[in-house]
Amino acid sequence: MKKPSSFAAGTIIHRGGFTLQKRQVRLAWLMLVPALAVLIFVALYPLVRTIYSSFTDEQFLGGTTHVVGFANYYNIFTNNTNTAASYPDFAAATILTLKFTVWSVVIEFLLGLGIALVLNSQFKGRGGMRAAMLVPWAIPTVVSAQMWKWMFNDISGVVNDFLMKIHVLSAPQSWLADPSTSLAAVVAVDVWKTTPFVALLLLAGLQVIPTDIYEAAAVDGATGIQKLWRITLPLLRPAIAVTLIFRTLDAIRVFDIFNVFFGSTIGKLTMATAIQNTIVSNNEVGYGAALSVVMFVIIAIFVVVYTTVFKVEQQ
Amino acid sequence: MKRKLVIAPLALALTGVLSIVPALPARVHAATRQSALSAATISAPPVPNAAALMKKYGSKGITLTYVGDAVGLGHNRDLILAAEFTKDTGIGVNIIPQPVASTDSYSQKVRNFQAKSSAFDVMMIDVVWPGAFAPYLVDLKPYFSAAAIKQQAAGIVANDTVGGHLVAMPWFGDFGILYYRTDLLKKYGFSQPPKTWDELTSMAKTIQAGERKSNSRFSGFVFQGNAYEGLTCDALEWLASSGTPGFVVNGKADLNNPKAIAMLKLAQSWVGTISPRGVTTYQEGDAQVAFTSGNAAFERNWPYAYALNLATGSKVIGKFDVTTLPAEPGSQPVGTVGGWQLAVSKFSKNIPASVEFLRYMTSPAAEKFNAIYAGLVPTMASVASDPQVLKAQPYLKPAIANVMRVTRPAGIFGVNYTKASQVIFQGINQILNGSDPSSILPGINTKLNAILTQH
Repeated sequence: MKKPSSFAAGTIIHRGGFTLQKRQVRLAWLMLVPALAVLIFVALYPLVRTIYSSFTDEQFLGGTTHVVGFANYYNIFTNNTNTAASYPDFAAATILTLKFTVWSVVIEFLLGLGIALVLNSQFKGRGGMRAAMLVPWAIPTVVSAQMWKWMFNDISGVVNDFLMKIHVLSAPQSWLADPSTSLAAVVAVDVWKTTPFVALLLLAGLQVIPTDIYEAAAVDGATGIQKLWRITLPLLRPAIAVTLIFRTLDAIRVFDIFNVFFGSTIGKLTMATAIQNTIVSNNEVGYGAALSVVMFVIIAIFVVVYTTVFKVEQQ
Repeated sequence: MKRKLVIAPLALALTGVLSIVPALPARVHAATRQSALSAATISAPPVPNAAALMKKYGSKGITLTYVGDAVGLGHNRDLILAAEFTKDTGIGVNIIPQPVASTDSYSQKVRNFQAKSSAFDVMMIDVVWPGAFAPYLVDLKPYFSAAAIKQQAAGIVANDTVGGHLVAMPWFGDFGILYYRTDLLKKYGFSQPPKTWDELTSMAKTIQAGERKSNSRFSGFVFQGNAYEGLTCDALEWLASSGTPGFVVNGKADLNNPKAIAMLKLAQSWVGTISPRGVTTYQEGDAQVAFTSGNAAFERNWPYAYALNLATGSKVIGKFDVTTLPAEPGSQPVGTVGGWQLAVSKFSKNIPASVEFLRYMTSPAAEKFNAIYAGLVPTMASVASDPQVLKAQPYLKPAIANVMRVTRPAGIFGVNYTKASQVIFQGINQILNGSDPSSILPGINTKLNAILTQH
């Protein structure tokens, strides 16, 4: 697809471009300065500060701060939960968070992809449908979590009411308190809330695939399944990568739903709720910062894996 | 221009929604307090020592910053009382509503104190914060007469006294009470509400068995079983009414004793029998919905729920009453203290004027205004027994209003209270979820004792 350029034109640009390029680079840096300054201020500084705090015994209120070296990290990796600091069981929190992440992202991706493929076809009322889909996404998570908590309530919840009316259940079920259904309940709420977002991201990816490719495939006699596997999914790869990265990072950071549903129930802490508990309730900023750094590393690993698998850089 | 007109209300509505959001889990009840009570009309009382204050401060151009209420009619009450104070004394008051969620409000004050900021002069303090914030708050004792302090409920004054300093003044205070269905008690042949926890258990069993025949979701007893601060309150009531004086006795954690084990075994036996299995996820709102929709015989809650049970849509209007929580034989009924105090920051640049504002806000007349206008429980016995207040809050009859108050061990744990409370409510929640009390309580005890020796 490269445009052939004439030799003459190329040399002119090359000859005169040396200083022009230099000037442009300098201008580019100049224009980037405000953005860089903001980034350093709001992203780099907090990050460096958090890493520094993670080597101290800094408290949320009161106390003097001492550098404690790797003590916080030692306690995390030995999963020390039984000191006066009453550290949370971060290993359990990590496992729960990853379980939640895998379940919610896989289900959301499959459902979202299906919905996106449907919405990508022409039908009446498509615009209205797309707008309506986004309603769950537009509700603040803490509000929808509280709403679902009431819907899941074993006495007055609409979920039990409905299932009892259609005789699926004979007695109300405690969706949130019963360990066998609690994770499924959280995943269901996250799927309800986030599938539209996934669908919209994938839909955007679908719409940039030129229709003439499909026409050519049709001429060659390709079946629908072949079109999906050979054309749609490969060309959708960048959109899939972005969607999975967004959703995975969001899911790992999950806070609101678990906080509303379970408070600080042992065994129901995610990484984010455990860190918030450590800093605010337990007053341990240093230890909380170390946990945050560990969480940051876990998230970074996911980003690296995704970008490698999907070769995002090359696109 | 036209577009701006549209955007402004939209933005307002949005900020309104956003500001309510954090309130939902913790204090959802408070926003609905106004429903039954707002009809009462009363105007702000004048400042008692107005002339002297006007002479002293009137021309100095002082403006105080007060971090006040954000839920229910609290902010309106603040506006009305502060306007009256400014009119009478010439001291301006700039009101900032605090963050609605209690942990956010706590964090806000922590940051303020850590920065030694003079930005806040007077602020609302939760009943469990004086221990943590004592080093940063003005000792009010020198500013008040002994008689004035004595008007306040002794238990709350003790709670607000840290190291001999009165660091906050009680303002309004909740306490746990038992809601019960008068119609169902009668239907199943009970002449009076339960006096002991065993009695409550057996009455709830009988009523639930009978009601389940026509309503499969009926429950005998609902309370706050989620792993959060509310469970610390409920658990303190269970223990203090069954022979364990408190979580900490004589400087040592005291949860691992036979009486506590027996009581918590009883509480554990409720879950899935007279209480719904999901009660281990219940906060105030969840318990309240069960009771007000006619699906529960007994409920433990704060007094605010009284108004909700009378509000439009309630299925228990005329069918319920309140009483003190049960107590085991040989123990007194108790109620855990909740509620708010007012305090003055040590970093304030206008401490004397701030104390005058606090004095006015916590005066008997202002507490009465608060009780009638905003429906909040006064901390002074004289105000609680005022006929006008009783008319607004009929549950404040002497037998209930004078129940023994128990306070959470916020003073002794100081800055570590939230950590200690988390140890308590997480452990009790594990017990309610099926763990054996005699295996959980020693761990709680060890952790609490370790926290006690931490500072």
